[in-house]
Amino acid sequence: MASEKRVVFRSGWLPWALLAPQVIVILVFFFWPAAQALLQSFQQSDAFGISTEWVGLQNFENLLKDDTYLASFQTTAVFSVLVAGLGIGISLVLAVFADRVVKATLIYRTLLIWPYAVAPAVAGVLWLFMLAPSIGVVSYALRAFGIEWNSLLNSTHAMTLIVLASVWKQISYNFLFFLAGLQSIPKSLIEAAAIDGAHPWRRFWTIQFPLLSPTTFFLFVINVVYAFFDTFAIVDAATQGGPGKDTAILVYKVYYDGFKALDLGGSAAQSVVLMVIVIALTVVQFRFVEKKVQY
Amino acid sequence: MIERRPGLTVLSHAVLILGVLVVGFPLYLTFVASTQTAEAIVHAPMSLLPGNQLIENYTAALQGTGMGAASNAPVGRMMMVSLITALVIAIGKIAISLLSAFAIVYFRFPFRMLFFWAIFVTLMLPVEVRIGPTYAVVASLGLLNTYAGLTVPLIASATATFLFRQFFLTVPDELVEAARIDGAGPMRFFKDVLLPLSTTSIAALFVIQFIYGWNQYLWPLLVTTEESMYPVVIGIKRMISGGDAATDWNIVMATAVLAMIPPALVVMLMQRWFVKGLVDTEK
Repeated sequence: MASEKRVVFRSGWLPWALLAPQVIVILVFFFWPAAQALLQSFQQSDAFGISTEWVGLQNFENLLKDDTYLASFQTTAVFSVLVAGLGIGISLVLAVFADRVVKATLIYRTLLIWPYAVAPAVAGVLWLFMLAPSIGVVSYALRAFGIEWNSLLNSTHAMTLIVLASVWKQISYNFLFFLAGLQSIPKSLIEAAAIDGAHPWRRFWTIQFPLLSPTTFFLFVINVVYAFFDTFAIVDAATQGGPGKDTAILVYKVYYDGFKALDLGGSAAQSVVLMVIVIALTVVQFRFVEKKVQY
Repeated sequence: MIERRPGLTVLSHAVLILGVLVVGFPLYLTFVASTQTAEAIVHAPMSLLPGNQLIENYTAALQGTGMGAASNAPVGRMMMVSLITALVIAIGKIAISLLSAFAIVYFRFPFRMLFFWAIFVTLMLPVEVRIGPTYAVVASLGLLNTYAGLTVPLIASATATFLFRQFFLTVPDELVEAARIDGAGPMRFFKDVLLPLSTTSIAALFVIQFIYGWNQYLWPLLVTTEESMYPVVIGIKRMISGGDAATDWNIVMATAVLAMIPPALVVMLMQRWFVKGLVDTEK
C-alpha cells in the first residue's frame, strides 16, 4: 500500500480548515495541559495558589523519598502483573477451546463479550456488591470455608477485589483478539501436524502458541496500559485506594494528591512520571507492530 | 476440527460453559438484586432467584425516589446526560477524524506530516497523565458542568484519524480522477464518494467510541459537580455509602442494569462491525 496519494486536490485554505477542529482540540486540551504539567512539576506552589516558585527537580526528589509513592509504584506493579497475567491466561484458555468447537464458536463469543460493554466503575460496583463483607453472596460462601472476607480491613482482600473486577472486565477484549489470532492460523499447518501424529496438546505448544506470540505480546502491553490507567474507576468505586493506601495505584494517587490533597507540584511530577511510562509503553507497542509477524 | 476426539469436545464445552457462567454470574446477580427489596438483599444470603420488586425498583431508580443514605438523584436524567455525552463524543470523534484524515491524505500543504504526528502523539497523553492542567483549562473556559466540558476535551482521536487515513490510502486514485473529470470539487468528492465508501469503518468506530464515551469516569468526575450533569456511571458510584447496609442495594443494582443496557445493546446489535473494528483499529 502506498503511503502517499499520487492524485491530490489543490487548495490553499481548505486543508487547514479541515484540520482546524482536531488541531484546536489537541492544542487546547492535550498539548497545552501536558506542557503545563511538565512546567508545574518543576514548581512548588502553596495550597491557595498565591505564590509559585521554581524548585527544579525538587518535586521528583521528594517523590523518590516518599515511601507512600514508592509503595504505590509497587502496588501498581503487582496489580498490573496480576491483571495482565490472569486476564491473558484465562482468555487464552477460553479462546483455544472456543476455536475448537467450530459450530458453537459464535454462540460462546456472543456470551463472552458482555463485560466489554460494562463501564469499569459499574464493574467495580458489581464486584464490591458480591464481595461486600456482611451482605455479599461470595463472601457469604467464603465464610462457609472459614474465610472471614473483609476488603475494608484486609489489604490482600481489597487487592483481590480490584484484580477480579479488572480481569473480569478485560476478559472479553483479550478473548476477541486471541480468537481472531487463532482463526487466522492456516488450518493446513494444524492438519499437517495432526497427520504427523501430534496430539492437540502438542499442537498447541508447538504451533498455535508460538504463532500467537505477537498477539500475546500486544495484549500484554495493552493490558498493562489498561491496568495502569483505565482501572482508576474500578479502584475508586470498589476500594477508594483503601484500606489505608494499600490499593492506591499510581493514577489514583495522582488524582488524590492533586484534587484532594491539593499538592499541585507533587501531583504534576507524578503525572510526568506516568507520561514517561505511557510513552515507553506506546513505543514498545509500535516497535512491535512494525515487526509483527504476518501469516 | 481436525480429528474426532469426543472427550476433548466435551472438555471444551465444559470449560467454555464454566467460563460463561463465571463471566455471567455478576451480571445475573445484579439483575436478581435489582428485583428484590433492600431488606431481602441485606439479609445474607440473598436469594439467587428474581424477586417481585422489579417495577418498583426501576421506577424508584429512574425517578430518584429511593430512600438510600447517599445520593438519590433521578437516574432517568443521568441516562439522558450519558446518552448525549456518548453520542456527541462518538459522532464528534468520527467527524473531526474523517476531516483531518481527508486533509492529510488528499492535499499537499506545509507541515502536513507534522500535523499527522501531532495528532498521533495524543495517544501518549491520556487524560490520566494531565488531569490537573486539563481541568484548569476547562475551568478557565467556563465549561464546568456543561456538555461541552464533558465532551470536547475527549473528542480528539488518534486511533480514528489513523484508521481513516489507512483506509483512504486504499481508495483507488481513479475515483479522484473520475470525480475531477466530472467537475466535482474536493468536498463533493468527500461527501459523495469517500463517505459512502467508509460506512463500515464508521459503524465499527461508532460502537467503540460510543462505549468509550458512555463508560467515561475520571473526566466527568472532575468536571461535573452538579447532580443534574452527572452521567449515570458517576451517579451509581455516588449512591454507595461505605459499601454495606446503609446503601440501597436494590436501587443501586437497578441503576447498574440501566447503565449497562445501552452499551450492551450497541455491542450486541452491531457485534459484527464491533469485532472487526476492534481487531482492526488496534493493529
